[in-house]
Amino acid sequence: MNKPVSQTDLQLDDDAPLYAAQKKVYPQSVSGTFRRTKWGLMAFCLGVYYLLPFVRWNRGLGAPDQAVLVDLPNSRFYFFFIELWPQEVYYFTGLLIVAALTLFLMNAVGGRVWCGYLCPQTVWTDLFYAVERLIEGDRRERMRKDAAKGTMKLERFAEILLKQSIWLMIAWWTGGAWVLYFNDAPTLVKQLITFQAPVIAYIWIGILTATTYLLAGFMREQVCVYMCPWPRIQAALTDEWALNVTYKYDRGETRTSLKKANELRALGQGVGDCIDCYQCVAVCPTGIDIRNGPQLDCIQCGLCIDACDTVMTKIGRETRLIGYDNDINIHRRQEGKPPIYRIIRPRTVTYAALIAAVGAVMLYALLTRSLLDINVLHDRNPVAVKLADGSIRNAYTVRLLNKRGFDRVIAIDIDGPVNATLHVVGADSVTQDRPMIILARDTTTELRMLVTAPAESNHAKSVPVNFRVTDIGLGEVASATDHFVSP
Amino acid sequence: MTEHGDLDHVSGRTTTGHEWDGIKELNTPLPRWWLITFYLTILWSVGYWIVYPAWPLVWSHTTGIWNYSTRAEVAAELANLEKIRGDKMVALGNASLEEIEKNPALLALARARGKTVFGDNCAPCHGSGGAGAKGYPNLNDDEWLWGGSLDQIMQTIQFGARSGHPKTHESAMLAFGKEGVLKKDQIVTVANYVRSLSGLPTAAGYDQAAGAKIFAENCTSCHGDNGKGNQELGAPDLTDKIWLYGSDEATLVETISNGRAGVMPAWVGRLDPSTIKALTVYVHSLGGGK
Ligand code: SF4
Ligand code: SF4
Repeated sequence: MNKPVSQTDLQLDDDAPLYAAQKKVYPQSVSGTFRRTKWGLMAFCLGVYYLLPFVRWNRGLGAPDQAVLVDLPNSRFYFFFIELWPQEVYYFTGLLIVAALTLFLMNAVGGRVWCGYLCPQTVWTDLFYAVERLIEGDRRERMRKDAAKGTMKLERFAEILLKQSIWLMIAWWTGGAWVLYFNDAPTLVKQLITFQAPVIAYIWIGILTATTYLLAGFMREQVCVYMCPWPRIQAALTDEWALNVTYKYDRGETRTSLKKANELRALGQGVGDCIDCYQCVAVCPTGIDIRNGPQLDCIQCGLCIDACDTVMTKIGRETRLIGYDNDINIHRRQEGKPPIYRIIRPRTVTYAALIAAVGAVMLYALLTRSLLDINVLHDRNPVAVKLADGSIRNAYTVRLLNKRGFDRVIAIDIDGPVNATLHVVGADSVTQDRPMIILARDTTTELRMLVTAPAESNHAKSVPVNFRVTDIGLGEVASATDHFVSP
Repeated sequence: MTEHGDLDHVSGRTTTGHEWDGIKELNTPLPRWWLITFYLTILWSVGYWIVYPAWPLVWSHTTGIWNYSTRAEVAAELANLEKIRGDKMVALGNASLEEIEKNPALLALARARGKTVFGDNCAPCHGSGGAGAKGYPNLNDDEWLWGGSLDQIMQTIQFGARSGHPKTHESAMLAFGKEGVLKKDQIVTVANYVRSLSGLPTAAGYDQAAGAKIFAENCTSCHGDNGKGNQELGAPDLTDKIWLYGSDEATLVETISNGRAGVMPAWVGRLDPSTIKALTVYVHSLGGGK
């Protein structure tokens, strides 16, 4: 994009295989703003993931006290103060929409920042690299050790063993934390240790251990380059304003060695800031050279920025030869104009507005959702029955849902054909002609309801009938409408 | 396969030595991983033969070291189901019909069990929802030939009507025409009288007094003085709006001439006692129960 591609480059690309065998990347350690940010975010993400199942939340007697819990056997999902029933899974749809829009917004503002800082693949790979670096040393050392394969000493063997064991332990605990979201965490930990946990828990731990170990320990950048669809998608979503990790070739070129550059400068000749030290390449976790322009393999982690900034500081030149920048500014600088950054623009505003809108709708739905619910199904066989005195009766299967954590007394009323009466099979009592039902906490109850209308009121073939349930204690009301049919 | 070593000069690869019409087959061996997978599946199948039933013999088959069979699995599942159901069905069997209706858990169980049993056994005549048909009573309405209380319903389900069981409901509508008790015109007259009992229009020129007389002489012994019926005898109420066989004149004439004697089989012995209880409660809850 920002660097003209020569015809020979294109041809070379044409002949290149779609998949290149993995070349091991040995990213060098680096320090700086972006590295620190990444450490911080890693600690945060992993902390949330590993510790969240242990956070408690009081929901009253008999209800699970785990703040975040996917209760599959009882088909419930608990998230702090929210409790979702199976028929409310659309909240997850909303959540997915918000997540996708957030990803789009991030992309519009800062390119693939998600990839570089928050993606689980990045976070765990980074963690695995940290372990590797700690045990086997930095880039040079690791390369040397790998090259000296033939003469493996005991010490080297111990190193590898240690590294792999720590990796496996992290992977195993990653899988372990996953299953904790599906059961009471402290209990499950005890069961897991004493081998009393359900088999399925061990299976899932096994699966997640294997994937974490393989993806973070061995596949690494291959996942980002070949397996993940996001780089392709984001390429279509991004625009010329998005801030991407960019090598400012207008400033860097022509690159040459530090010594030569100084000589040339002394002669008053123009020369770029890049001293071709390859630090940016050495630290890159995907093993690319950012100076070749924006590329699909770049996960925007910003580590090359840290690396180059260190070099620039050392040689006493201005930092951010590599930095978050956009295409427009490269050209503007070349034309001698000041760079412009525009974060607030139609695209970002639209995404933000959509996020706010979907979020608001969800919040509204969540806050106003009823904890008492009713579903009515008209019996179809027979649709209507004529009684001895000529009156007409319709039967309905009614399902009542009590989403509260306590039993409640419910009165049932109907609005239907004139003078129609309601009989509820299995009603606990009838008070002032109103059938009463005790709804057990956190359950659904199915009832058969019979609506009878006197013969003389059968004017229309089909009259709407509204079933209304009222919580006697709280005054909460829910209703549903069906039809009363005459034969 | 490479022993031929023929070299194809265009591709620079060896051939297999096979030749058709001057075209030689290039030697392109299958990938090693593919072959390994293939051999593993063969190994796997051998293991399968040993572990599971696999080979047909003349009269039987190899049973495998695990003695596994799907039939045994089904039997075990069924036995397990019975076990799960056992306690609950016992509770159902121990409770009285009234107790079942008062206890929400038992009521739900009885209705669920009753519904399936009804579908399997009763639906052919009474329809899957108990709506009945001509000659087969609608169980959703409140007209009961032999009574609609819990006990009466259970009685009918257990022993049926005219089923041949010693305790069955007996008595039948007499064939007044066939037996020569009433003449054709008398039958038409009384048919119109019966229609008038439930407020249906009568034919032109029909004599109400004559109808009343015939009715009083022949019908009141079963249907009662004012035609209100008698559940002891399974005699329907002729004054209400429900007609098992139909209320038009032709149908009534047919009924009076040839009689009616619908049969309901006895279910005792075919269904176990707690199932009959469940069925009773289910039928009662259809809405016609009294
Ligand atoms: S080029 Fe820079 S930002 Fe991109 S992946 Fe490599 S180090 Fe990270
Ligand atoms: S780190 Fe900076 S100076 Fe060194 S090669 Fe990369 S861009 Fe050039």
